[in-house]
Amino acid sequence: MTRFHKISLGAVAAAVLAGCAALPAGSALDSSFLAMLKGSFRSEGIATVDRLDQDAGQQACSTGQPPSETVAKQVEAQALATIKPPSDGQYLGDWREGEKLAQNGRGMTWTDKSSAPSANGANCYNCHQITKAEISFGTIGPSLYQYGKLRGVSDPKDPAAAAMVQYTWGKINNAWAYNACSNMPRFGHKQLLDEQQIKHVMALLLDPKSPVNVQ
Amino acid sequence: MPITVRPSTIAWVAALAAALAAAGASAQKSAADGIAEYRAMLADGNPAELFEAKGEDLWKQKRGPKKASLERCDLGLGPGVVKGAWVQLPRWFADTGRVQDLESRLLTCMDTLQGFAPDQIIKTPFGQGEQVTMEALSAWISAESRGLRMALPQAHPEEKRMYQMGQKAFFYRGGPMDFACSTCHGQAYKRIRLQDLPDLRGNPGDGVGFAAWPAYRVSSGEMWSMQRRLNDCFRQQRFPYPGYTSDVTIALSVYMGVNAKGAEAIAPALKR
Repeated sequence: MTRFHKISLGAVAAAVLAGCAALPAGSALDSSFLAMLKGSFRSEGIATVDRLDQDAGQQACSTGQPPSETVAKQVEAQALATIKPPSDGQYLGDWREGEKLAQNGRGMTWTDKSSAPSANGANCYNCHQITKAEISFGTIGPSLYQYGKLRGVSDPKDPAAAAMVQYTWGKINNAWAYNACSNMPRFGHKQLLDEQQIKHVMALLLDPKSPVNVQ
Repeated sequence: MPITVRPSTIAWVAALAAALAAAGASAQKSAADGIAEYRAMLADGNPAELFEAKGEDLWKQKRGPKKASLERCDLGLGPGVVKGAWVQLPRWFADTGRVQDLESRLLTCMDTLQGFAPDQIIKTPFGQGEQVTMEALSAWISAESRGLRMALPQAHPEEKRMYQMGQKAFFYRGGPMDFACSTCHGQAYKRIRLQDLPDLRGNPGDGVGFAAWPAYRVSSGEMWSMQRRLNDCFRQQRFPYPGYTSDVTIALSVYMGVNAKGAEAIAPALKR
């Protein structure tokens, strides 16, 4: 961990603790809660008990209320710092593979054999509308139908589209960069999907030929 | 447990599926309505009734090393009182000095009255061995409270503390997908795919959420108790494995059950 990261985590933790100081018996309740948690779970398959250890961001997002603006900005800045552009500069893959990934909600549970990204789906339809044809979609996240079209992306390689392409890339890699405590999993940062898989999902959303933008 | 489905039902469901396929995007609202109609049709003869009957037998049957029935089991309203017991669980029990949910309390009774070993039942996978007994007992005992209103007590300090623990657990973000219970159940009027999600931060209404489990799940042909429902929630949350009747499961039940105060109990219910 770099020195920069240590300092920013400390700042987030300090902000979290400062917020907690106002609650009576807060830390006593917290420690008995953590003890209860540790005593209640066991490792099973790939789902090991270290999954209960929270990073500073998760901790700030566990109060049941949105974090303060200061803490939110810190969480977002930390998240933004984790995002790397694609290794070959190509942001889009194959939208057909993207649709398959979007339909697939598998992976990372204790009944899954491997935690390798290749074993995982992107889970998208659980929370989002995406193509017009798929009526079995969730509503936890906003509709992504006509995603590229509505944002004026007619050619993803055009410099005019760069900001939107990069935002979309960032959002899929680490949604907390733009919305601290987002309900959306941090697909790149948490290694749920690999670079190629994220490119396929990018294509589903931004390729002008994708059914998302054509229909 | 096989379901008997009338040929007319099969024809109706096939017609519904064809209609949905043809209707495309405009059928989004009616797809959820269609599923609700499908459930209403199946509710005429809920397979849970078979589990209720089995559960009543198991309550009265002399079983275990002590060859005794469960008819002296105290579920919170006194030994052997079953009617109305389910809507006041989980609650604190003086004899064990703990807050216990239905399944935890059944383990206590199966131990003290019948001589079963709770650790063995805790280790047994769902759907096997004495876990099958737990499903049936849960079905019958909850059925004996059907139509009553959720009324968990919060008088004892331990009951209050477990509510707070459950609240903390409900909002605890963790695992590789940063999910908490609240990710899916912390807002109103949301759904995953076409499955509506109750907002469990407050009272989600009659026959919803805590008031609807145990339930018979048509899609897998299984009777799921609340412990099993919580187990699969944690699996989908990508958490590690919650112990059967562990404190976190009881705390969450207290949180949900207290929030549902006044809601009509419909368990054992019918689910997709």
